[in-house]
Amino acid sequence: MKIGTIRDLLEATVICGEDMLDNEVHSACGSDMMSDVLAYVKDQAVLLTGLVNSQVIRTAEMMDMVCLVFVRGKKPTQEMIDLASDSGMAILATDMRLYEACGKLYVNGLVGNGRKA
Amino acid sequence: MSESLIFHFDVDGEDFTSAGQASVQVKKNLRRLGISPEIIRQVSIAMYEGEINMVIHAGGGEADVVVSEDKIEIILADKGPGIADIDLAMQEGFSTATDSVRSLGFGAGMGLPNMKRYTDEMTIDSVVGEGTTIRMVVNL
Repeated sequence: MKIGTIRDLLEATVICGEDMLDNEVHSACGSDMMSDVLAYVKDQAVLLTGLVNSQVIRTAEMMDMVCLVFVRGKKPTQEMIDLASDSGMAILATDMRLYEACGKLYVNGLVGNGRKA
Repeated sequence: MSESLIFHFDVDGEDFTSAGQASVQVKKNLRRLGISPEIIRQVSIAMYEGEINMVIHAGGGEADVVVSEDKIEIILADKGPGIADIDLAMQEGFSTATDSVRSLGFGAGMGLPNMKRYTDEMTIDSVVGEGTTIRMVVNL
């Protein structure tokens, strides 16, 4: 799925990474707990979260993720946007709740941990 | 690479926002050295967890990453409160982190188990009231 398709499905705004909308991603995960992302996530390219602090960006960077989606209308700070831009990550923001946003992506074919949708 | 390369960092314990900066820098340095992405991920996740721990529990500390021909060593040393029961601390889900730390997305009791999971060797030396030194090795 293209990052641009994620934007369309989630009716999201692009906070940074406009140039990455044509990039393909193959899996995603959703969590507000960065400890769990670090413990359980493997090879997911997209993180959906309602947690807003710099550690979200660093956690995503450690996991080699390329796209962050903030849910529930959360907006990242400028410092977070700068960190993400430096690391070559796109940031999207949507008003949808985490469950709904994950569900929309999943039924449209963006899988989780290696399992088929 | 015949000689070891050493990266040294002072980890600031005052500011949770900046926690993880050393790990990000290590990741960049290892990329420049041409280390494989999977090894880089192991090293940087293990170090990041350790760095977060040092900030949450110990008021900061020092981190050294030693890259040699056959392995990467990560040594994290702090002068924090120490770990009273290391076996207990190694259990998944056990945490002494406060609710304020949990609200920041950490403190699930996965840090130390995760560090062990992502490395080939891990030893913890800790003295209550004096501090903790963790040494991790990822083989190349």
